[in-house]
Amino acid sequence: MATNINYQTRRVALKWMHSAGLFLAMMVLCVPGLWIVLNSFRPTVEIMAKPPVWIPNDLNLDHYRAMFGGIGEGGVPVLTYFTNSLIISVTSTVIAILIGMAGGYAFARYKFKFKGGIFVGLMVTRAVPGVALSLPLFILFARIGIIDTHIGMILAYVAMNVPFTVWLIDGFFRQVPPELAEAAEIDGCTRWQAFWRVEFPVARSGIASAGIFAFLTSWNEYALASQLTRSTTSKTMPVGLLDFTSEFTLNWGGMCALAVLMIIPALILTFLVQKHLIAGLTFGGVKG
Amino acid sequence: MAQVHLRDVVKKYGPLEVVHSINLDIADGEFVVLVGPSGCGKSTTLRMIAGLEAISGGAVRIGDTIVNDLPPRERNISMVFQNYALYPHMSVRENLGFSLKISKRPQDEIDKAVDEAAEILSLTPLLDRKPGALSGGQRQRVAMGRAIVRHPEVFLFDEPLSNLDAKLRTQMRVEIKKLHQKLKSTIVYVTHDQVEAMTLADRIVIMRDGHIEQVGTPLDVFENPVNTFVGTFIGSPPMNLLDGTVTGGNIQFADGSVIAAPPGYDLSNGQAVTFGVRADNIMPVGHALPRGEHIAEIELDVNLTEPLGTETLLFANLAGTEVQAKMLNPRPVQTGERLTFQIMLDRCHLFDAETGVALKA
Repeated sequence: MATNINYQTRRVALKWMHSAGLFLAMMVLCVPGLWIVLNSFRPTVEIMAKPPVWIPNDLNLDHYRAMFGGIGEGGVPVLTYFTNSLIISVTSTVIAILIGMAGGYAFARYKFKFKGGIFVGLMVTRAVPGVALSLPLFILFARIGIIDTHIGMILAYVAMNVPFTVWLIDGFFRQVPPELAEAAEIDGCTRWQAFWRVEFPVARSGIASAGIFAFLTSWNEYALASQLTRSTTSKTMPVGLLDFTSEFTLNWGGMCALAVLMIIPALILTFLVQKHLIAGLTFGGVKG
Repeated sequence: MAQVHLRDVVKKYGPLEVVHSINLDIADGEFVVLVGPSGCGKSTTLRMIAGLEAISGGAVRIGDTIVNDLPPRERNISMVFQNYALYPHMSVRENLGFSLKISKRPQDEIDKAVDEAAEILSLTPLLDRKPGALSGGQRQRVAMGRAIVRHPEVFLFDEPLSNLDAKLRTQMRVEIKKLHQKLKSTIVYVTHDQVEAMTLADRIVIMRDGHIEQVGTPLDVFENPVNTFVGTFIGSPPMNLLDGTVTGGNIQFADGSVIAAPPGYDLSNGQAVTFGVRADNIMPVGHALPRGEHIAEIELDVNLTEPLGTETLLFANLAGTEVQAKMLNPRPVQTGERLTFQIMLDRCHLFDAETGVALKA
């Protein structure tokens, strides 16, 4: 009996510890985000208060109003930044996914010379920090005249994302048994049809998750964008955050408001494809 | 329906030749089984017929067409894969109808064909499920259904039963045979399981190391193996092989023991031979079938027994080699017990000791 009770208490204790640990981890993850959301809705005095004010006294939309307001009232071209971000992220993601699919499929299915070397080479590019590339990229882009353009940013992000999408999609295609395509070919498909009607749908979840990762990378990227964009024609939202800093002041409230606007599309997208994302990450349950 | 002809077919991977110039003629409506140990080239041969592997030399003809350069979809074949290869994102109905949909047949025709195939294979209640929700045997049946929906000229089976458990395998074997009787189509079937080969085939093709060793009906290859490889590969338990020398109408084994030579062989004194006898032809006195006129009696110690119910396998030492014998109407046998065995010499085989090739009677 004694051991039984002992076991029971230990189990309850473990459960509590488990919950407490989870709570702590989630707090570390969530509090900064919540703090940003909170700060975007309250006056600067409260944001700057020491000691910090945890429970807000006065919530309002002043920062949002100012942000969308005229130049003199602390406004920033939010819509332009948003459009820039959207064009650059979506286009670069689509291109990265298309190249990633072609490359990933080739790595998963075909044998060719220097396959291993090329693959490792792709991975090594991931080890180079983006910032280290900013100066060479800046000089290169300036020389060929694509600095401060959508095209330039799209190119940079495609180059950043392609190794990653190739690697991820290669993994997903590897898990699609080659017999599926063979069966489709025997069933009357051409090689092309076999890919689009059988292999692609089966690996779709994986490709969707690669797409999300690529999109979020370009949507959130700051270091390169801050170097390669100059004006409203190509500034993305992360770079736009800098508009709230001036020589002597920092408009924290406005910055938080813009940050919230940045988070929303990413959140919506993640929720929309959440099913695919999880299915994609727990791939392998699709044995024919 | 169609015949399949292989003429000097070769498969090379770079400099490595894995199928060496094989010739095979498969008649219309015939059930041919390619059997052999793994790596013998049987699956490669099948995949060359299917068009999934390029043919490095020779010609494959299906019906009247040389198909060497035709893609799989133009060969009018269908294939059942070892891992079923069902499309996991489609329901059973869509899996079955996929080939007809690809060839843009009208929907009502597709529905009719799918329902008919589902009826034959009793898949009707499963039509709206996804493959993931089916058991192994059901998946196997869907894979077969997908093959029969298109009414191909030739069916190809690549070890279709090896992922199933033993009981289901026996059951599916019967279903495949019934299916063949119903459809009367040409079937090329690959397996490494000689029991499957024996039970299903009209003709068996035994392959080893990229060569065809023997082609014949199941009984023919069982009773008249052309070499020791076929003798040991076909039949269970495998044929017992003993090396010996011909001495005046007898075979003398390495340990000096002597047994009368099987009748009907043209032997010369001093010839080195391999003596082959199946377990069915070494039986203890009183537990044997009366078979043939030439019988040799020999006393052996039983080392091990494997009771199987209707018969018991006995392991004993004959001339320094462990042989397997069979006991019909079995009674309990103690390990180490000495029994008198009858060897039915009419049913024994002699092979050349060096090449292993049968010395024809």
